[in-house]
Amino acid sequence: MEFEIPRIPLAEMCDVALEWATEHFSSVTRAISAVVGTGIEATTDFLVALPPWLVMVAFGLIIWRLTTLRIALFSVLGFAFLWNLELWRATLQSLVLVLVSTLFALMIGIPIGIGAALSKRFWRVVGPVLDMMQTMPSFVYLIPAIPFFGLGAVSAAFATIVFAMPPTIRLTALGIMQTPPELVEAADAFGSSKMQKLFKVQLPLAIPTIMAGINQTIMLALSMVVIAAMIGAGGLGGEVWKAIQRLEAGQGFQAGIAIVVLAVILDRITQYVARRMRMDKHTA
Amino acid sequence: MSEAQPRIKVRGLTKIFGENPLPALRLLEQGKGRAEILAATGAVVGLQDVNFDVNEGEILVVMGLSGSGKSTCLRCINRLVEPTAGKVLVDDIDVTALSEKDLLAFRRTRFGMVFQQFALFPHRTILKNVEYGLEIQNVAPAIRTERALAAIEQVGLKGWDQHFPSQLSGGMQQRAGLARALALDPDVLLMDEAFSALDPLIRRDMQGELVTLQKRLKKTIVFVSHDLDEAIALGGRIVLMKDGRIVQQGFAADFLANPADDYVRRFVEHIDVLGVVTAGDAMREAACVAEWSTTADEALGRLEQSGDPAVTVVCNEGRFQGTVEAPTLRGAGTTPIRLLLSDQDACVVESATLTSAVAKLASGRGEIAVVGPDRHLRGVITNTDLVQALARRNGSSAGTAR
Repeated sequence: MEFEIPRIPLAEMCDVALEWATEHFSSVTRAISAVVGTGIEATTDFLVALPPWLVMVAFGLIIWRLTTLRIALFSVLGFAFLWNLELWRATLQSLVLVLVSTLFALMIGIPIGIGAALSKRFWRVVGPVLDMMQTMPSFVYLIPAIPFFGLGAVSAAFATIVFAMPPTIRLTALGIMQTPPELVEAADAFGSSKMQKLFKVQLPLAIPTIMAGINQTIMLALSMVVIAAMIGAGGLGGEVWKAIQRLEAGQGFQAGIAIVVLAVILDRITQYVARRMRMDKHTA
Repeated sequence: MSEAQPRIKVRGLTKIFGENPLPALRLLEQGKGRAEILAATGAVVGLQDVNFDVNEGEILVVMGLSGSGKSTCLRCINRLVEPTAGKVLVDDIDVTALSEKDLLAFRRTRFGMVFQQFALFPHRTILKNVEYGLEIQNVAPAIRTERALAAIEQVGLKGWDQHFPSQLSGGMQQRAGLARALALDPDVLLMDEAFSALDPLIRRDMQGELVTLQKRLKKTIVFVSHDLDEAIALGGRIVLMKDGRIVQQGFAADFLANPADDYVRRFVEHIDVLGVVTAGDAMREAACVAEWSTTADEALGRLEQSGDPAVTVVCNEGRFQGTVEAPTLRGAGTTPIRLLLSDQDACVVESATLTSAVAKLASGRGEIAVVGPDRHLRGVITNTDLVQALARRNGSSAGTAR
């Protein structure tokens, strides 16, 4: 007697779910896409329109304020190198996309992280979802992004946000949960409400940990922005993608090295800020 | 102390740790022991039917070894640990019945707490730490800074307000912890092993300072400690706990004189008797007392009859005037004794510990008087009495072997 186990129609089920979501929500997401897309494009165009030296000086000053003169000079040098490679426009495109995606990831991720830290039940739901988000191959996020947001920067940003958010959520939750129990007890003993305890004790003490999460989110965002070039995100990833399609190894490496330079700049800045916040905890 | 009003009443306080405390509570009511309950239900009995009062303005020391339930007991008072059964009344308000919101308000205004590991907020300056409780109550910034600075000055940390906790030594950090609690001007201070993490010398200083501060502030203090010497130094009543129950409560001297069981006896075995037993405890009735007008000959006669080393002289109102020893009286004939008074300093107050009696007896005197307030004569202590008092303690601790 032969007896066949039917294949579970997982792909079909995902399709149905996606189609349903597209049908009902795509008008909303398309509208968001139009607004955000215009914003991203306008910012990029504006920066590109300015003289590169002015942009570099402005970046340098901002970085100097946030960190040290050394890191600022190093960053400006890096930007000048990218400009020299004639990758200036691509660099700015990638940078804007990374920063916008990171901003959204933090705006969504930090509150979720706080919620997860405060409610065990919520953490039990969020935990597995985060595991899935992080183990799913990043390319997969690109596919559903297109029906919702269309080809281009916004889809790329969407996929990037989903992909880059988990460390922020995780480390925000971790930072809050790791508040030394005696400090939580002290806050309780003085009659702090949950919100007072959160904002006056737990969050300030968690900031260094949260900063470590933000650093990781930025790094992941950069790596995803590169991959997102496949759905027309442009930028440095676009240069790599072009080089792959034309089998131009040299061009590919050049764009790859440019990405590394951008990554190092972003990493140095966030690392420094995170370290300084850790020390701020103890001394003025 | 008997006239003092109890401000905190702890009644039938029971705490059971574990997922499901009710079956354990029922077993407890049936008189089952801790180990039995743990084996049967997996729940740990933290506190079992604890009853005590804390009087207005006293330092009550809750003492016991680790795991005796003393810290749990303290935390049940402000419900940092939720009691399983029993009541805590503060000024006749049942803390255990307060709603979440009322409990927060109650904690903000009534309780100040000091922790073993200081628990200062590392991201805040000393000033901001001390302000914390006021900030939580939304007190205006100018007022809370003023009150915080006053509290900082009170604990001797003036000038350190802009420093961060990590820049201060342990002793100073705990001063800041104390200031944080005092800034609220709470009725009740809860101190959890507050000085246990400090070096022995600093610990003793802090104990002394707390006693001095308390004389001025007259707070109602519950002080948790594992250290008998600390309990004695703080000088208040002691509640001794073991395995979640109270074994005995009273003053240190009561523990010595009437230990409730062998555990208490062992606990107080190494106590410094001289620092605990008072002159009043060790004195006996004066056998040879002379009044103002008694003549030297008469006094000498009484003295030789009584066998005491000196005559204790009192005035007509019964106030101690001084002592006179036999050599001075000999050959003085009918001189009134008041003209022969040599040693007006040979007395101790009855509430003083034997340490001060020893000091006076050690300087060559054979006998000193014990006086009450207003120098009324209460009794005397001779060298022999002192030795006997010490021997009695040793006798009672030797009784463990019985």
